[in-house]
Amino acid sequence: MYQVGIDIGSSAAKTAVIKDNEVIKTILLDTGFSSRKVADTIYAALEAEGITRENASYVATGYGRISVPYADNVVTEITCHGKGSHFLFGENGTVIDIGGQDTKGISLKNGRIMKFVMNDKCSAGTGKFLEVMTNRLGVTPEELSALAQNGNEITISSMCTVFAESEVISLIGKETPREDIAFGVIESVVNKVVSLLAQVPNDKYFLTGGLCEDNYIIERLSKALNAPVTTTPLARYAGAIGAALAC
Amino acid sequence: METLELPKSFDEFVDARKAGFLKVKEYVENGGHLVGMFCSYTPLELFDAAGVSVVGLCGTSNEPIADAEKVLPKNLCPLIKSSYGFAYTEKCPYTYFCDFIVGETTCDGKKKMFELLNDIKETYVLHLPQSQKRDYAKEIWYQEVKLLKEYMEEKYGIEITDEKLREAAHKRNEMRKTQMELYALQGAVPPAMKATEVMSTLAQGMFNFGVDAQHASYKAKLDAAKEALANGAKPVDEKAKRILLTGCPSTGVIQKVGMTIENNGGVIVCLDDCGGERTQKMLVDENADDILRAISDRYLEIHCSVMTTNEGRVANTKEMCQKYKVDGVIEMVLQACHTFNVEATLMQNMCDDEGIPYMKLETDYSTTDSGQIETRLAAFIEML
Ligand code: SF4
Ligand code: SF4
Repeated sequence: MYQVGIDIGSSAAKTAVIKDNEVIKTILLDTGFSSRKVADTIYAALEAEGITRENASYVATGYGRISVPYADNVVTEITCHGKGSHFLFGENGTVIDIGGQDTKGISLKNGRIMKFVMNDKCSAGTGKFLEVMTNRLGVTPEELSALAQNGNEITISSMCTVFAESEVISLIGKETPREDIAFGVIESVVNKVVSLLAQVPNDKYFLTGGLCEDNYIIERLSKALNAPVTTTPLARYAGAIGAALAC
Repeated sequence: METLELPKSFDEFVDARKAGFLKVKEYVENGGHLVGMFCSYTPLELFDAAGVSVVGLCGTSNEPIADAEKVLPKNLCPLIKSSYGFAYTEKCPYTYFCDFIVGETTCDGKKKMFELLNDIKETYVLHLPQSQKRDYAKEIWYQEVKLLKEYMEEKYGIEITDEKLREAAHKRNEMRKTQMELYALQGAVPPAMKATEVMSTLAQGMFNFGVDAQHASYKAKLDAAKEALANGAKPVDEKAKRILLTGCPSTGVIQKVGMTIENNGGVIVCLDDCGGERTQKMLVDENADDILRAISDRYLEIHCSVMTTNEGRVANTKEMCQKYKVDGVIEMVLQACHTFNVEATLMQNMCDDEGIPYMKLETDYSTTDSGQIETRLAAFIEML
């Protein structure tokens, strides 16, 4: 039997297939405009490899979780990130998930969720904030981190994404080096995430979600938290893996 | 018979609202008197004894908030904005046709809103002490209740006798007992019904003219629930997680929070806002020599976060957690409600000490955060 976990986030749709307690396949797609459509695409992709309703069970999670018609069950992304992270890291600690529109902190003990926090309505400290800023600066996320590494300390003080964007525009207008702006942008996200995590403190942290391959962000988070932040390339699929485990 | 005018935009109202206006208009035109109120501290027996219907005007809908924000700051509790908004837009028949509104000096936002509300509709404000602690607090509140009594006697040219007050106290007590019975049904495993049904019954009950009609509506719900139970109905899944909902008044979020809890594997077994057991279990001493004092004393005992200090609320919640075999506590704080928001730390500490999972949600009456609220609530229930 295959266990299929599908995590439809606001920007990316992640799929993980588990068999005999091992992740044997992952798929990463853009969510696009329709969660329903991407869910169908995922089904077809799996079907092409012989994974079908006959031999698999499906659990959907994430913000588009209700748009997966063939899911046997739906579970929230918080529970799934908890399960998935326990599978990947196997230790007690706090999971940091920086998603497209939500940022979450989940404190894990012996594989159980003890407490979780989520950002409020506002998009500060989420992937959305980074997306708006990279668009404004005309760079990719990887380039943003590379720039920031060589930047000097400046502060972007607005918490609100819209105001922060105008702040960045005026910095560009003042010909502030892009490196410095990039530094300020990443620091702003890091600070917001760290202040959210104050409610789920721990001596170890695990990063999941789309930023888990960004070493610069990991380093800044770890510095601000004053604790080790570990991750693995599979951590991007933590939610999907957790969903698969919930099958 | 006097004829009353309808609001200017009456013709644009939907039918249900039109019907509501016509019903209240007819009541008042036929000599009925109506007073609007906002808070559990309002000494209701006074109005019953004066032969005046008293209805709750707490705004519970997002609809008039945008208009209210033309006058009030955005960063204010939605209950306050909505309440004011209904008066401002003339969209609530009870606010529109009532003789006057009675308020209390509770939180800052409400207290200052009343000053502006008074320009639309006469608003009488009782000066509620900020604490029950001082020896003279009870005396202050007694004098305030007495002033209101005198005010109404003069306004309506009547005498509010002790006898009438005693009768009113008796009727209110009986109604409170019915409410308590209704709440107690949720103690069963699984509970007798979804609490959102109880919440809706209570909210609708507030709009009856007079305590008898209100009591009858609660009694009808109680009898129906008991009968269903006797017939073996089990409307709630045995495995549903038992939730205590505390915090700000919750009528405005029955859908967004209440239904979401109950559609995601939870069931509210204890309503711990100020309309719940904490407040309703307190009865007036009907046989007291000084009945007016007995009434004022009963109301001042209410434990609300507007009081400092307010240990009674958290202590009561702790008791409720045991009584209703609660699996998790959800605290709903309306945006910009500082008193409940700050007091939430004490609630959380109590829950931590007792080992009961706790989550605080800050929200308003809009639907902008419904998706996020659902994820949080569902995840919390999955965690239990
Ligand atoms: S929460 Fe407090 S101030 Fe608000 S209505 Fe209830 S008793 Fe009154
Ligand atoms: S919910 Fe809080 S801010 Fe709103 S009226 Fe009640 S006490 Fe005041």
